[in-house]
Amino acid sequence: MDFNLTEQQKMMQKLFREVAENEVKENAADVDENERFPKESVEVMRQSKMLGIPYPREYGGAGADYLSYILAVEELSKKCATTGVVLSAHTSLGTWPIAQFGTPEQKEKYLRPLASGEKLAAFGLTEPNAGTDAAGQQTYAVKDGDDYILNGTKIFITNAGEADVYIIFAMTDKSKGTRGISAFIVEKDTPGFTIGLHEKKLGIRGSATSELIFNNVRIPKENLLGKEGQGFKIAMMTLDGGRIGIAAQALGIAQGAIDEVIPYVKARKQFGRSLAKFQNTQFQLANMQTAVDAARLLVYKAAMAKENGEPYSVLAAEAKLFAAETAMDVTTKAIQLMGGYGYTRDLPVERMFRDAKITEIYEGTSEVQRMVISGAMLK
Amino acid sequence: MAKFPDYKDIYVFVEQKNGEPAEVGYELISEARKLVSTIPNMDYKVVGVLLGDNVKDKAEEVIAHGADKVIIVDDPLLKDYSTQFYADALTQIIKEFKPDSFLTGATVLGRDLAPRVAARINAGLTADATKIDIDQDKVADGEALLLVTRPTFGGNLFGTIVCPDTRPQMATIRPKVFDMAPIDETRTGEIIEFKPEWESTTPQVEIMETVAKALEGVDITKANILVGVGRGAEHSIETIKECAKELGGEVCATRAVVEDGFMDKDVQVGQTGKTVRPSLYIACGISGAVQHVAGMEKSDMIIAINRDPEAEIFKIANMGFVGNVDEVLPLLVEEIKKAKAA
Amino acid sequence: MKIAVLVKQVPDSTEITVDKNTGTLVRDGVPSIINPDDLAGLEAALALKDKDDSVEITVISMGPPQAKGMLQETIARGADHAVLLTDRRLGGADTCATSRTLAAALDKIGYDLIIAGRQAIDGDTAQVGPQTAERLNIPQVTYVDEIIELTPEYAVVRKALEDEEQILKVKLPAVLTTLSGMNKPRYMNCMDIVDSFNNPVQIMTYDDLVDILPQNEIGLAGSPTKVHRTFTKDVSAATETFDLPAQETAELIAKTLKDKQLITK
Repeated sequence: MDFNLTEQQKMMQKLFREVAENEVKENAADVDENERFPKESVEVMRQSKMLGIPYPREYGGAGADYLSYILAVEELSKKCATTGVVLSAHTSLGTWPIAQFGTPEQKEKYLRPLASGEKLAAFGLTEPNAGTDAAGQQTYAVKDGDDYILNGTKIFITNAGEADVYIIFAMTDKSKGTRGISAFIVEKDTPGFTIGLHEKKLGIRGSATSELIFNNVRIPKENLLGKEGQGFKIAMMTLDGGRIGIAAQALGIAQGAIDEVIPYVKARKQFGRSLAKFQNTQFQLANMQTAVDAARLLVYKAAMAKENGEPYSVLAAEAKLFAAETAMDVTTKAIQLMGGYGYTRDLPVERMFRDAKITEIYEGTSEVQRMVISGAMLK
Repeated sequence: MAKFPDYKDIYVFVEQKNGEPAEVGYELISEARKLVSTIPNMDYKVVGVLLGDNVKDKAEEVIAHGADKVIIVDDPLLKDYSTQFYADALTQIIKEFKPDSFLTGATVLGRDLAPRVAARINAGLTADATKIDIDQDKVADGEALLLVTRPTFGGNLFGTIVCPDTRPQMATIRPKVFDMAPIDETRTGEIIEFKPEWESTTPQVEIMETVAKALEGVDITKANILVGVGRGAEHSIETIKECAKELGGEVCATRAVVEDGFMDKDVQVGQTGKTVRPSLYIACGISGAVQHVAGMEKSDMIIAINRDPEAEIFKIANMGFVGNVDEVLPLLVEEIKKAKAA
Repeated sequence: MKIAVLVKQVPDSTEITVDKNTGTLVRDGVPSIINPDDLAGLEAALALKDKDDSVEITVISMGPPQAKGMLQETIARGADHAVLLTDRRLGGADTCATSRTLAAALDKIGYDLIIAGRQAIDGDTAQVGPQTAERLNIPQVTYVDEIIELTPEYAVVRKALEDEEQILKVKLPAVLTTLSGMNKPRYMNCMDIVDSFNNPVQIMTYDDLVDILPQNEIGLAGSPTKVHRTFTKDVSAATETFDLPAQETAELIAKTLKDKQLITK
């Protein structure tokens, strides 16, 4: 057993820290305030080959390991949770299904530009009546010669409009329930595919979250991912991995908040001494950091299980559940320690507090994670 | 017995451009005069070295600024500065005349030329110095050992460097650290014209074009002196800019001033702006909120001016002044100008 | 086209402070970085490589064994090879001895163009570049802020002077010394990080140079300059507040600045 990062992972972490500190941080407040997509940060990630970290060299990826990718989400999210989720949705949700289930032709055509960072990916499963309960899918695809005709609407899609490639789930055989769902690779400019309403959110406000509208969209059968009816399995497996990414995002937000609090409590003086000299501050900080370090162990363990080809569904659920709740708790305490200043937009913790909430909701709510974990326990 | 009986005198390289000597050469001649006056028994001279094309008529000017002797090389190859020809000429002068020490301005030119020459003759060279003394303890041994002091580690540490075993003792000295003595037209001195033997007259570097320098944006994190504007100084920004200019520093601001639209975000100091650590920070009308202080508290010296005697800034300022910035700053600018003129 | 880039590992001097109570240099926890002018030189070389596949970049540093990590990072940024000159016998070298050692190593490694940072932020001498050029008997251009053109025979560069800039054409091989403001250095990238673990930093010692470099010309013994003494700058933790009429306030501030040599002509 070895809890240390490898030399290569440490070097990756150093790169991610430099990018987060020098590039991502300065735009974080603006990205939030103006609800704008962090284009500059995505460009730096592209140049630094951060958009295909765990994917093979033969398809344009960096050929590194899964934990390195998780470290990237963590480090970016310390400074800007929006940037963290852009990377996570692209890597875990949009790209992974192609890397895992794609044919050699699909990998050549789609994985290569996605892993090299030339293009950005998104994942479309959620619908107005089908969230976690994916069987309620109303988007459907009908075979028509060599094509499928796709109709329906997806909502709350991360990277919507910014992504070039979308993994879309649709019913191909309604009579079979979840076994009638298939996955398709849909390109942004396909006729009939439009981006609908842009959501206004509490946090991660720079992340593009919108509706995807499909109106008689013609998809060549070569873009069916996996086999007909495999869609549900692809979606569930993808989300298992995606959860590790969101857990890393939550971990980053929580550590980022602590990193902001420490210099503040050292500098801020009340009743003639710095806040750091008060035992309440000291004990709060100790609790916060302990929880974050515990979350980190869970997140890294889930990432390593995935890297090593071991089962990771439950580990991912535990990591996301604990990291998300830790992020919410730690950001709440961070504001409390910083008092009125912490509540203002002059300092970034109020943004971190708002950003933290989504980690308890998307890619499976905390309740869903508890279902996954207890389901495995009571099997 | 002196260690280097053949080496004598302090030589100063007089840098010129288009035939006009730069001030730094005269500053160093003035300082060299002071140095030789501390060792009267050694009978050291101050020697100016002037390289160029059609510069002979400047020799008297070099003497008037304090040189006892001027060595001139006048050659069309030396019209514009060239590392190659200047280094060739200077090396030959050093070999011929054997200076005990050789000082050059730490200008772009001086820092290009001096290391090249030092390497060729394997002499010790101290870079970018700000102070020179002669070690009086060695004078009895017939040695004029230079103690050359220079800043390192971004100005945090000073080192005094000596070259005990090689001659000449070479150093480049920062411009403007020494005063230029008044011109004395009555001075007389020896003028020697030196003809170097060129190893090659084919230039290895050609000047294709000379262009004006593009103006660069201000980087407050690199400024040595900063004058900070707070809300209490928003009506005195022009005066503060003048004050910073007189001190050779830059202006920065608190977040409030930036948000009020008086200054650019680039110059904002604090938790949501930049962190600065100048030698001097003059805080004008800055209350001392923790956001701002976090970005400047490591400044070496903090002077604060604020109307409110209870302002937080006074707790971290080395010198705090209770007063109205609008009244104090114009007077301060005048006092700085007076000090500079003195 | 073989480009040799000279780099130095330095403490980040912007993080170094003088303890206001003890007057000593605080170096604990100060990170080591690639000297900024050298990093600009590496970026300039990488930009040339972006344009011309035949460019092969070797990064060379002289320093303690810890500098290996920094050199590996240059590979992770895109350099082809890295060489660390490390040997106790080379320790204590001033610029004169350092340039002799680097020149000997460069003779062994080979080069068509040498790029070095103008000066290091710890020593601030700006001497190693020109002195290395002198030892190799090749031309130099210092204070370069742009490499405009590179051919096998010559380079065209822009040199920054105090008040103007020159466009210079220099015959190759040559030494160029670069300024940190000239470009924005790229980050490492994930692909080259992975590759850097299969491309180890080569270690050179004095044994590799002994045939062309006498031992009395290296290290402390080969250094004509000696440190006589060192001291830190004058800083103070004392605070004092004055409540004086405006004119007296202005006079006292000006006098203090003058005394502290903060007013220069």
